[in-house]
Order: sequence, then structure tokens, then C-alpha cells
Amino acid sequence: MDNVYIRQDLVDARPAPGRTGGPIDWARHNLFSTPSNSLLTVLGALLLMWIIPPIYNFLFGHAVMPGGTVEQCRAEGAGACWAYIAARFNFFIYGFYPMTEYWRPNIVFAMLALLIIPLLIPSAPFKRTNALLFFVVFPVVSYYLLAGDVFGLRHVPTEQWGGLMVTLIISLVGIIGSIPLGILLALGRQSKLPIIKTLCVMFIELWRAVPLITVLFMASIMLPLFMPQGMTVDKLLRALVGVTLFSSAYLAEVVRGGLQALPRGQYEAGAALGLGYWKRTLLIVLPQALKNVIPGIVNTFIALFKDTSLVSIVGIFDLLNTVQAASSDINWASPTQAVTGYVFAAFMFWIFCFAMSRYSLWMERRLDTGHKR
Amino acid sequence: MAVLDHTTGSAPRPSLLNDPVFRGILYQVLVAAAVIAFFGWIILNTAQNLAAQNKTTGFDFLFRTAGFDISFTLFPWSRSSFYWQAFLAGLLNTLLVAVIGIFFATILGFTLGIARLSSNWLIARVATVYIETIRNIPLLLQLFFWYFAVLKAMPAVRQSFELPLDIFINQRGLMVPRPMPDHEFIWVVVAIVVSIILAIGIGIWATRERTATGRYPRYVINASKVADAAVSLLIGLLAFTLLGHIVTAIGANPALVWIGAVVVAALSLTRFAPIGRAILGFVFTWVILSTLLSAMFSTWSTLAIGIGSVIAGAVVAWIVQERAADRPPSEARFPTALLILIVIGIPAFIYWSTGAELAFEVPVLERFNFKGGFQLPPEFVALVFGLSIYTAAFIAENVRGGIRAVSKGQTEAAQSLGLKEGDRLRLVIVPQAMRVIVPPLTSQYLNLTKNSSLGAAIGYPELVNVFTGTTLNQTGKAIEVIAMTMAVYLTFSLLTSAFMNWYNSRVALVER
Amino acid sequence: MTNLSVTAPEGAAMQISQTDVAVDVIDMHKWYGDFHVLRDINLKVMRGERIVIAGPSGSGKSTLIRCINRLEEHQEGHIFVNGTELTADLKRIDEVRREVGMVFQHFNLFPHLTILQNLTLAPIWVRGIPKAEAEAAAMHYLERVKIPEQANKFPGQLSGGQQQRVAIARSLCMQPKIMLFDEPTSALDPEMVKEVLDVMISLAEEGMTMLCVTHEMGFARQVANRVIFMDQGQIIEQNEPEAFFSNPQHERTKLFLSQILH
Repeated sequence: MDNVYIRQDLVDARPAPGRTGGPIDWARHNLFSTPSNSLLTVLGALLLMWIIPPIYNFLFGHAVMPGGTVEQCRAEGAGACWAYIAARFNFFIYGFYPMTEYWRPNIVFAMLALLIIPLLIPSAPFKRTNALLFFVVFPVVSYYLLAGDVFGLRHVPTEQWGGLMVTLIISLVGIIGSIPLGILLALGRQSKLPIIKTLCVMFIELWRAVPLITVLFMASIMLPLFMPQGMTVDKLLRALVGVTLFSSAYLAEVVRGGLQALPRGQYEAGAALGLGYWKRTLLIVLPQALKNVIPGIVNTFIALFKDTSLVSIVGIFDLLNTVQAASSDINWASPTQAVTGYVFAAFMFWIFCFAMSRYSLWMERRLDTGHKR
Repeated sequence: MAVLDHTTGSAPRPSLLNDPVFRGILYQVLVAAAVIAFFGWIILNTAQNLAAQNKTTGFDFLFRTAGFDISFTLFPWSRSSFYWQAFLAGLLNTLLVAVIGIFFATILGFTLGIARLSSNWLIARVATVYIETIRNIPLLLQLFFWYFAVLKAMPAVRQSFELPLDIFINQRGLMVPRPMPDHEFIWVVVAIVVSIILAIGIGIWATRERTATGRYPRYVINASKVADAAVSLLIGLLAFTLLGHIVTAIGANPALVWIGAVVVAALSLTRFAPIGRAILGFVFTWVILSTLLSAMFSTWSTLAIGIGSVIAGAVVAWIVQERAADRPPSEARFPTALLILIVIGIPAFIYWSTGAELAFEVPVLERFNFKGGFQLPPEFVALVFGLSIYTAAFIAENVRGGIRAVSKGQTEAAQSLGLKEGDRLRLVIVPQAMRVIVPPLTSQYLNLTKNSSLGAAIGYPELVNVFTGTTLNQTGKAIEVIAMTMAVYLTFSLLTSAFMNWYNSRVALVER
Repeated sequence: MTNLSVTAPEGAAMQISQTDVAVDVIDMHKWYGDFHVLRDINLKVMRGERIVIAGPSGSGKSTLIRCINRLEEHQEGHIFVNGTELTADLKRIDEVRREVGMVFQHFNLFPHLTILQNLTLAPIWVRGIPKAEAEAAAMHYLERVKIPEQANKFPGQLSGGQQQRVAIARSLCMQPKIMLFDEPTSALDPEMVKEVLDVMISLAEEGMTMLCVTHEMGFARQVANRVIFMDQGQIIEQNEPEAFFSNPQHERTKLFLSQILH
């Protein structure tokens, strides 16, 4: 056989046979590639045809839009009663907060947005100032703004706080409080000092083992017992303490992951520079470890945000509890009242959690590529 | 402050405060003192508070009568039961809901996880939407939805929905038939257990023989052929009986059912076995799809549904035939049919020969309520629903991650060695994926168990509701009750991590 | 038995019987989506022939040999392996794969099985060979690749070179008629390349039909009957190694050789 071959003219690329690149071609490859796949597609389509129209009709088609009346909501076959949500919207956002003082939570919301957005964008400048404002100044200012009793502001006791405002307060305080605590616990767990290590391990494992609901029960029932006689602890504060301790244990494990992932060389380089433990930790170890676990911290925050709904069990009016309470409002009593409320609350929670989970995914990818050389 | 170990050498001793060992000890003593002081302060305060309220401590309350009702218990409960029995009732209810929830969540989660990796765009999208919706909504909200908006919104008892198999659903929950086994039935239960063990044993033994000698034992092969025909007959009977419900000509003539089943069974013994399977696939698809579709879309014409189901049945028949034709000859096949026959046949024989009887007490609607049957309270149903649906979304993500963690190269290597798809999955892909899936799966099971405590919010009498709620309220023994509750969950958690450590050490991939 | 049409002068007594042709690729094209990755491939490999395929990265050489045991499917043209045409028919694909061994760049050993289990898995489950026999055969091949003492270790405990030798032994346990090598040495540290090449050379000396995608030009000179140079998804030039290296004809071949042979 002739073993020598030299190509004279190069073959030019041509489009694949039978591929038109249009939607039909796409469907052929993604929906009908094999008989089994076609069957699955048909079954899936039937399932969607079964569930989507009723859902659509409930949410939009037959729904009573804001401005509608309760009679419309009570009509046979009426869908979601959005008019009820619109009417009680302020209650869902602010709870029993006095209506004339709504501007105070509004300022807090605005500050929150202004501070958190640049904090989440990695390329935004003034990170240190920003973090200082968010983690230290913002909580203090917000507290005095919301509670009042200073600078001539009317006092609003925490029993009147409620709705989305309280949901945000609990989750933000939880995360802001648990970050330093979590870092200390993580460092303690990594420590070579046996007593400190044991204490931290016990603390972390105990909180991680029990459900949040028992922690909240404990905080609301036992915290007053633990305090000196005559000292009362605000109900919201009890929940905040419980939530913070609880999430600090989870955060500690996230931070520990970051500490363990850090190459040994970083610790050694710090020691070689003659830095002491605290300087080494604060200047070299923590900045890198924390940066790498931002996705983990955000995921902890998502879990915490969802878990805040449990405070309704100990009688705090968070978003879920206001919705639950409003569903017995006889002025708006209708067959779809409860479902509409739950759908609204679910949507509010979903928007926040979904946005955060996307952010965490995005950060994860960003950090991933940042590490490849 | 890292502890360095060269301090014992002859190097000049630094000043005490700069000695790392001394510093370490000092720090620890300070921390320990602070912790002890803190606890001392708490205990002192608590003692003072309790004294001021004239309360005592101790666990003697456990042996006092509880005096309250529990709506749902696994053992007889009365107001005169003791508090420790209340604790036990709550614990058992927690475990019950956890076990059932874990069962459903696992099935749903694995299905969704695999669906999300499907090459079918639509199926993958549906799974993604499910996961992204469910896991971003608080579980408590979902429980409220299922309980208050779905189950509590069910019609009153008089207007109960009737589901197949004599199951009724109404405001008071799910009414299901209550099994009423007689005394002989215990032998059937024994037979079921024995035959399952037997089937597993035969399966393992046959596989071992197959590995050691290269082929399955001859009598297993022969028995399997007979079993194949018998199982085909049974499945055929089922298929054609069901078909009788939609095709009146068959329904009216039981002989036709038998003829169909016998034909399928006979085919399974010949080389036309794939055709027999295709017939079964056709009949099942036709029956199930047309029943489902007419239930789902009541406005569609019967003719359209019938034609659609027949077409789908034909497609399934084609797929089944192709798959069956690709199967190795029965000599090289795992004797599945034999094992099925053992598991079904032996108990059936015992049931028939001992004259055992399993009657079902069917719930019957009387004037005000149902009589007979077994009532599953709506709290229980809502909690099982909510927990399974919520946890399934997380399990699905673990499953997806586990499967994706097995590199494509593993499949390619197995392919290039000529391993068929089934062997490839069984021997190469699944064992590797399971290593990745099992640890997070266990922690999802633990999460589900912990989350079952949210049942307290919808009134399901689990541990937190019965004990941390009612018992604590009545006795005021806050410290004891909360400590006991926490101890239970701590035990669950420790057991789980013990299992995980054991599993990880067993399956850990050995690396250099 | 069907005789394969052969591109030989008509009437010439060159009817090559099917058993002499190991691999026959005729007018084959392949696309990844819309990317035309293999163009007009014609390649006939005789039994006992050793072919080395070289070319810049992205030239489609790995894709070509992956098509030969249908890890990738082609869209146009024909591929015959041991006289069986590769189509979508799963049965035929499995038949072909049993006879074709493949060695991957990243070894792809099964990390959850010991070396011995890696070697006996396919003989037991594909060929139905009794376990004892399969283990004896596996030990024989492990001795051939000179690592019998590693039989009960796990892949993760072995060096890259050792893993690749195990991967070769794993393929040999199926007693393939053809061996495909997809850059078997590119993932190895330099000091381990030789131990793998030595095994490949000894295989070649025993007359195994081999198709190797590799950058080891020394290996090509030593054992190849033919060197094939690919670029842009097509075969640019093929020749005997001596002529290929000393007197490349095509501009692209010259450029490529000047880049890799300093």
C-alpha cells in the first residue's frame, strides 16, 4: 500500500448536515433526540398544561387587582385577592409601627440599600469605610432612629415593630452579630490550646445540633431566668440573642472552612515576618480566609433569613406572622384570603433569597477563576 | 501564641510573659475563669429567680400525671398518663414523621436530582424551577400553606373528596382503610420477611457465583426462565384487567384477559420475549395515560385522549422492544424475575395455605363523621408533605452534585472497556457518586428531623409541641424540659456524625 | 463475509481480505455542534501496523481516535473496525469496544477499586471470565508492565507513571486486537514518561496494532510504521517516520516540526 500522502487543497469547514440552527433544530436536539426523550417531553408538557393554567388564572387571570373590593374577592371562582394585599401592605411592611413615623423605617431601608450595594460589589472603592459604616454605625443609628426617645423622636416600643422590617432587622442583626462571634469561635476551634478549643467545639456543636425553635424557646423562656432579678429583657432582644448565637455556630464552621483552605505557607510567611498571633491573624490570615468564604457566608445568611420566620412562634410579628395575623381580618374574609397572603409572603422571601443565592453563585465563580493560574 | 515545643532545650529562657507555653496556659486559665464566672452568675441569678417564684428544680415532675390530651399518639394515651409518657409520645411522633418524611424526600429528591441532569431540556428546566422555588421559601411558610390553605380548606366531613382505594380527604385529615389482620396473618408477615431475606441472599449468592465462575448457576438460570414466565403472566393479568376498565369488550369477557396474559407469558419463553414486553408496555402506557389524562383534563374529548394514549403506548412499546432486544441472553442476566417471584410467591402461598385473612376496615361516612378506617390528622399530613417537598429540593442538589463529581473520564473508560450501560452504572458510576452523596444526604436527614420541630407551629404533637410547649407551660420546669429536648436533638446529631465518620473512614478513597 | 471495497487499482489482485484491515475510515466528517472538527478523513490501518498521529492542539487528532471506539460519533462517512461498521447500533458498538483498548491522557482508573479490581472488572463482567482466571491474567499483565507488587493498592496511591502503566494493563486484560493511545504521556512528569513509553515499545515489538496520538517524536521514529500529521481537522501529510521527519513536504508540517524539534 502507498504509505505517502500529502494533501494538496485544504478542506474548508462547512455546516453540519441536517443542522439548520433554527428553533426546530434546537427542539430536535434538546427535546426529541430519542424516542424516550420525546415521550418525556410530551409527558412534561402535559404536566405543565395541567398545572400552569390554574396557577396563571389564580395569580392573574381571575385575580382581583389592587383597588378591587372584597365583594369581588368573595365572588365564585375569584383568584388571588391582591386588593387585600394592597390594603394591608403597610401592615406587612411595618407591622404596628405608627403610621406617622413610617419615614423612620424608610430612612433605615434607604441607608441599608446605600450601604449594602457597594459592599457587595467587589470593585467598589472605600471598602473599609463602607464596612465600618455598615457593621458599626448603621446598626446604632438605625436602632435610635427606630426606637426613638432621643433628639425629640417619639418612642416606639419594639412590640409595635413588625412585618418585613422586623424580618430584615432580625436577619441583619443576626448576621452582623454572628460574624465577629463566628470568627472568634472558628479561630478558637483551630487553636492549639486545649481548653479554648474544647469550649469552642462544644459551643458550636451544641448550637448546630438543636433546631432553632428550641433555641428561641430557650431564649424567650430561660433568658429572663438567667438575668438578675428585676431586669427585664425585651422580647425582640431575646429572639435576637437566640438567632445570633445560633447563626454564629454555623458561621464559625463556614469560616473554619476558609481557614483550613488557606495554604500553610500563608501562616508560615506571617510567622517568618515576625508577626505575633493576633497581627498575623488579622493582617494575613483572616482577610484571605474571609474573602474566600463570602459565598458560604451569604448562604448562611440565606438560611438565617428563611429561619427568621420562626420567631413568629415566640410571638414576634415578622413578615410571616403579620400575614398569618391578617388572614383572620374579617373585613377581607374571602376563600382566597389565606392563600393570597401566603403567596405574597412566599414571593417576598423568594425574591430576597433567590437574589442572594445568585449573588453567592456569582461570587463563587469569580473566586474560582481568581485562583486559577 | 502557637505552642512551640523547643522550650525544653537549653536555650536561654525568655521572660515568663513572653514564653509561649506560659502565655498559652495563662490565656486558657483566664478564659476558663471567665466561663466559670459567667455560668456561676447565671446559676446564681436563676436560683434567685426561682426562689422568688417559689419554684423547685428536679425531674420528679416526670412521674406526675400530665392531665392533658394529645391528639395523635402511637400508644394509648389518656389524661392520666405521666409526663414521661408525654415525652415519649412526642419523641415517637417526631421519629414517625421523620422516617416517613425521609422516605418520600429521598425518592422525590433523587428523581429531581437526576431529572435536573437530564439531556431533555424541558425535564431539566422543570426540575430546576422546582428546586429554585422550594428552597428559597421558608419551610414554616410552606407548612402554613399546606396546613391552613390546603388541608384546612378541604371540604367539611359531609362533602369529603373521595380518592381511589377508599381514601377520603376532608378538613379532619385523611381517612384511610384500617388493615385488620387475623391471627394467621402473622405467618404471612413472617413469610414476607423470610422471602425478602431469601431473595437478597440468592441475589448475592448468584452474583458471587457469576463473578467466580463466569456464569450464573444453571438451576438459577432455569428457575429464572420459569419465573420469567410466571411473572409475565401475573403482570399480564394485571395489565389486561386494567385494560378491561377502559375497553369494555375486554372488561366484559374475563377469558380475553387470561388469553392475553397467557400469550405474553408464552412469548417470554421464546425468542420473541421482547414482543411480549412491548405488549405489556403498550397496554400499561395506554391504560395509565388515558386514566391520568381524563382525570387531569376533564374538558378534553375522550377520543383525543384515547388516540393520544394509544400513540404514546406505541412509542413505549417500540422503546421497550428495542431495549429488550439489546438485553443479553438469559444465561448472562441477573435473575430478577426469580427474586420477584420469591418475594411475591412465598407470602402468597402462605396466605392461601394458612387461610389467613387480611380484611380492611373501610371508612364509611355516617351522619356526622366517618366510622371505621384510620384517621391521619391534617397536621401530620401537612408536616409530611411540607418536610418531604422542602428537603427533596436540597437532596436533589446533593444528588446532582454527586453524579457530576464523577468525571466524564470514568464513563469513557468504562465504555472503552466494553461495559454495558447497566454494569457501567452499577460498578463504576453509582459507587463513586454515592461516596459523594451519602454524607450530605445524612445531614439532610438530620435537618429534616430537626425541622420536624416546626410541626409545633401547626399543632402536630411532636416533641417540641408536647414537651417544650404544653409540658413546660403546665409544670414551669423550664430548665429541665429544655435541657431534655436539647439532649434528644444532640443525641440525633451525635449519632449522625458518628455514622458519617464511620462511613467516611470506610469509603475514603486512599490517596498518596 | 463481505469484502470491503478497497481504494486499489481496478482488477489488480489486491483484494485485501477483511481480516487484514484493522481500521478503515472512509470519507469521515464530524461536527461539534456547528464546528467542523474532522474533515474528509480517510485512513486505513492494517493489522500489526503502528501509526503515530501528531499535530498542533485542537487539530482533531484526539477526536479522531475517540471516533474509532465511538466515544464520539461521526456524522458523515464510514468507520469500520475489525470489519464491523460503527453505527448507532449499541450491540455493534459494544462488540467493537471489546476488541479495542484505549488509554487516556488522564488514566481514568477507577479510584474506588484496587489495581487488581480495576484490571479484572471488565474481563469478569464483559467476557464472563471466572474471577480466579481473570486475576491470574491480570497479574500476568501487571508483571508485564512491571508493577505486580502494587496489585492491592488503590490508584490514588500510585505515581502518574505507574497509574498509566496500570491503565495499559487494564486495556490489555481484555486482549484487544487494537490499542488506541490518547496522549498517554502528556499528563506525566518528565521522569515518568520513559517507563510508559517502554511499555508501549514492547507492545509494538509484539506486533500489536496501535494508533497513538503523541508528541513523543522519538517514540514515533522508533516504532511507527507511519506518521500522520493533522491540522484543522484534516490529515495533511502521512509518511514513513524517516521521510516524515527528514523531508516534510507540506508547509504546515514543516512549520509544526520546526516548532517541536528545536
